[in-house]
Amino acid sequence: MAAEELPSEFDVVILGTGLPESVVAAACSRVGQRVLHLDRRSYYAANWASFTFNGLLSWIQQYQEEPQPKEVQDWSSLLDEGEELVYLSNPDSASISNLQVFCFTSEEDEEEAQSSDLPNPTEEKAVNEDTDVKPSADSNEEATTEKQETVGGAEEEQVTPTEGEEQDTDKPHLSTAQSQLEPTRKRITYAHLVKEGRRFNIDLVSKLMYSRGSLVDLLIKSNVSRYAEFKNVTRILTYRNGNVEQVPCSRADVFASRQLSVVEKRKLMRFLTSCMEETEEHQAYSGRPYLEFLCDQKLGDNLQHFLLHSIAMVTEDTPIEEGLAATRHFLRSLGRYGNTPFLFPLYGLGEIPQCFCRMCAVFGGIYCLRHSVDCLVVDKDTNRCKAVIDNRGQRISCSHFVVEDSYVGKKAAAPRRLLSRAVLITDGSVLPSDSDQQVSMVTIPPVAARYPVVKMVELCPSTMTCIPGTYLVHLTCQSAGSAYEDLAPVVTRCFHTPDSPDQENRPSVLWCVYFNMVDGSGVELEGHGLPSNVYVCSGLDSTLGHEYAIRQAELIFQKILPEEDFCPPAPNPEDIIYDGENPSTPAGEEDEDGAGEEGKREQSQTQE
Amino acid sequence: MSLQETHASQSMFLLDTHCQRKEGILDEEALQVTQQLLSSNPDFATLWNYRREILMHLETVKEKDEVQKIYEAELAFLESCLKLNPKSYGSWHHRCWVSARLPRPDWSRELSLCDRCLSLDDRNFHCWDYRRMVVKVSGVPVAQELGFTDRLIGSNFSNYSSWHYRSTLLPLLHPESPESPSPSHEPPQPSPSHSPQTQSHRVCEEQLLKEYELVQNAFFTDPNDQSAWFYYRWLLGRAEREEMISCVYVSRDEERVAVAFSRPVNAQSVSLLLVLDGQPQKVEWKSVHPRFKHSPVCICDLPPGTISDITNEHNLTVHWTEKYTHRDCALYTGRTESWCRDSATDQELFRSELSVEKTSVLQSELQSCNQLLELEPLNKWCLLTIVLLMRALDPLGYEKETLAHFQTLKEVDPMRSAYYSDLCSKFIIENTVLKMEYAEVRVFSITDKNLTTLCHLDQLLLVTHINLSSNQLQQLPPQFAMLQCLEVLEVDNNRIENLEGVYHLPKLEEVLLKNNKISALADLQPLASCPKLRRLDLRGNPVTQAANIESELTALLPSVTDLLL
Repeated sequence: MAAEELPSEFDVVILGTGLPESVVAAACSRVGQRVLHLDRRSYYAANWASFTFNGLLSWIQQYQEEPQPKEVQDWSSLLDEGEELVYLSNPDSASISNLQVFCFTSEEDEEEAQSSDLPNPTEEKAVNEDTDVKPSADSNEEATTEKQETVGGAEEEQVTPTEGEEQDTDKPHLSTAQSQLEPTRKRITYAHLVKEGRRFNIDLVSKLMYSRGSLVDLLIKSNVSRYAEFKNVTRILTYRNGNVEQVPCSRADVFASRQLSVVEKRKLMRFLTSCMEETEEHQAYSGRPYLEFLCDQKLGDNLQHFLLHSIAMVTEDTPIEEGLAATRHFLRSLGRYGNTPFLFPLYGLGEIPQCFCRMCAVFGGIYCLRHSVDCLVVDKDTNRCKAVIDNRGQRISCSHFVVEDSYVGKKAAAPRRLLSRAVLITDGSVLPSDSDQQVSMVTIPPVAARYPVVKMVELCPSTMTCIPGTYLVHLTCQSAGSAYEDLAPVVTRCFHTPDSPDQENRPSVLWCVYFNMVDGSGVELEGHGLPSNVYVCSGLDSTLGHEYAIRQAELIFQKILPEEDFCPPAPNPEDIIYDGENPSTPAGEEDEDGAGEEGKREQSQTQE
Repeated sequence: MSLQETHASQSMFLLDTHCQRKEGILDEEALQVTQQLLSSNPDFATLWNYRREILMHLETVKEKDEVQKIYEAELAFLESCLKLNPKSYGSWHHRCWVSARLPRPDWSRELSLCDRCLSLDDRNFHCWDYRRMVVKVSGVPVAQELGFTDRLIGSNFSNYSSWHYRSTLLPLLHPESPESPSPSHEPPQPSPSHSPQTQSHRVCEEQLLKEYELVQNAFFTDPNDQSAWFYYRWLLGRAEREEMISCVYVSRDEERVAVAFSRPVNAQSVSLLLVLDGQPQKVEWKSVHPRFKHSPVCICDLPPGTISDITNEHNLTVHWTEKYTHRDCALYTGRTESWCRDSATDQELFRSELSVEKTSVLQSELQSCNQLLELEPLNKWCLLTIVLLMRALDPLGYEKETLAHFQTLKEVDPMRSAYYSDLCSKFIIENTVLKMEYAEVRVFSITDKNLTTLCHLDQLLLVTHINLSSNQLQQLPPQFAMLQCLEVLEVDNNRIENLEGVYHLPKLEEVLLKNNKISALADLQPLASCPKLRRLDLRGNPVTQAANIESELTALLPSVTDLLL
């Protein structure tokens, strides 16, 4: 790492590169604030990150190891008069818990014997031996460097998704994968997953972007959208009576649906139209459950299930106001980009915080990974944070400090809620259709009493999150027990696993991981015994959209810079008008967006 | 470069190209210059013309491969123009032209271009037109095209273009099987006038049922979308009425023959042959009113004295030579008039709207529409379709419901209440005609039914007594002159301003016009053409307030002996 010192003065120092922190960073940098953005981790996006398969294995390993107690260094020598030190808590490694990994596919590379005529099997073997079985410290290192490349070169990679390098090695593999698929499905081995591991982008959080949600609006408004590409979620599914069914939600879906009678179609369309506006009828149900309202509409079981679980995505006791608001949010987002209300970013959700970081860097923000803040320097009189001291003992003065909640952990509201997560790599879709490139959102009502509602997102290879022949499945719910206890029953119902050997016709789980994450929603922005110019970004929330994180980022920004516009549009390089007579001199803004961008990125990399 | 500069330089360019064209410069440089201009404004027909001139010239001087290349470049350039303005007339037209001249056209590429364009705007009619051209020239199979409409309708069913395209494809792919009975069944003899097209727009029943299901899905999903309803009406079918002479009437006193046809004909040019007692007669056929050339009723006057002797019996045949059809009529001794007509059933008369389908199909369609109406009691498309289905099934049996539905229609769609009133009037008249047919009387009476318009007057050729009192009629239209046997006309309590149709009615004796809006003497002028008019009731009309009205009327209508003012 570069021994170079950082500049010693910033306007805003931000610790943690999760989504809200990154948005705050971009917003501040965009309006001219000097931003220093740090993360103690070796990768961007904190718990919002996406990992390659190998990267995820190292991440798992890291959490399975005992955290080493960090010795607290005394930096009081750096204090001036009238100042005191406030130490940040140790990063709260308990934000991830109950990690359990299962591999249901054969560890051996069994394809070798059967397919010795395939191109260069020896080379494949060689690669396997390198990275197979135990993800060593080496592969850990490898994974992280890869990750950083993605941050820097995200755009280039996306513009030309098949770079020369990939074409050499991946094309033969791709054809192998496909040729394997034809005879039997259970041919993808663990070795294959590891070998192709870098083509996975596995998200820690599982969310979708509402087409008219605040994240999409912000991406558009700020022009950050140009750093990423998106794909429509192509269908909404639900698990009902032991089957996975498609939920008709758009006008075209309803029209085409084969499972609804024409009368049901009319009732559904009419209900969806009528709930867009507040009516007296709605008010009459004020405070009563949404389900009760649905029952009284005489919609029938089919429609009631769709409306409650798949469209509003609420539970049976959700009050009508919340149910209607959720339904409206869903409907408003419908049809903007396609037949479902959701978008998913190519290469995974971890792209989004990185896009904002990039915007921040373009406007001069400085980035350091593996770099943390040990303590705050607080003015005793004003109770304001004057500076921070990083883990190398450099005092960096700042006017505002934003920090992710894991550094404030212990004092936060007593019993933290948890989210249960499962990530599955499977060999087929839960609902096969004409196209094998479906991105599906699946809602799964409680499988039995006291079980939570589960949201499942199934990603196909064209989302650039998994390899051909596989699907990446994310399951999320609010925890009732451990992730395994909550989600394994759903997995055994929807998929073919050793626990559900009779479901031969369902897709098989090749590999899966269960873990719990802290549900950070409800953590206060301020307080926690911290100075008034320190703001805490809570972690994830359990909802499907990004409203919570974006609202939080905007609130923090408004507290820091109450007079400034939140993420105004960044100039588009194509819109810059050159002076006709002097085209060789680029305008100032072009500098920032073009050549300057590279320069800044280099700078931020050298800092690491 | 600033906007103004661009403008200035553009007009300079324009001037240049104009001169170049005049000088007949047809080289590649000119192609370049016009390309530059058109890429900023593709809607410049003159420039496209110039380009075509250049291209045609280049064709003559270049090798075939080079020509291919030039035209391919032209297609690429056109694509960029279409991106600029996807509805540019000039660009699409030019693309048609280029595609037709391309030595080795790549139609599949053109099709995929259209698909891309339609996926961005599925109602771009320029693209639809172009696509039709491509499909026709490249011979895309009909089944594949039907699949294409499936796809478009699936993604957005509010699109007339796709539904309409479907309606042209289905009869080609699933034509009606010849053995199924159809009301417009032709006699086995060859009939050159009946082109195969008139028959082949029907679709076989199996496919029809599938289409009903499809379109029902659409209108149940969104009953306010009209495209589906219009397609539905097309499916339900519009029968072609058989072309025939529906009635021949002969009157001894007037020595006049009136012929009614199943559709309006041009009285002057229609090829009719009148044979009286075996002798072809040379007569002049004319329409009943000079206002229209085409009319479903034609009249002719026989040479004086041919049938006036009441003791003679005459046999009369009218041949419609071009349609190979004829009708006989016998005038027996002692009779002053005679007629011959089909005992018309409702089927033949008025079911032309929706008539082709079997009753069972219509019945089940009515059921599903009623189901929809239960959910959407105020949907006008649904109401209107139900009315039409009821008419097709049993116009008299459903009369009450039909009238109630019309009332609702006028309330939910006040903008079109006049249309509904007229349509309702039409149906009331049809029902009354039917009742009259069943009762075999020559009296026609519709009173107090809010009639706003008169129609089917050709069906009333034989009526002697008509009572239309207490309605909303504003005029007696020229078609009224078809009532050749009319003796008594009662139209009290209407809003009549105009009597144009009371014209040369040979037997008319009484006209009761109490409480109408006749305001000028001139409006009564047509009555002067009715020779037998004796009694006229004008009470409650503005015209009665005029000075000297009585004497002027006597002068105008000398035959009237009983004048009520």
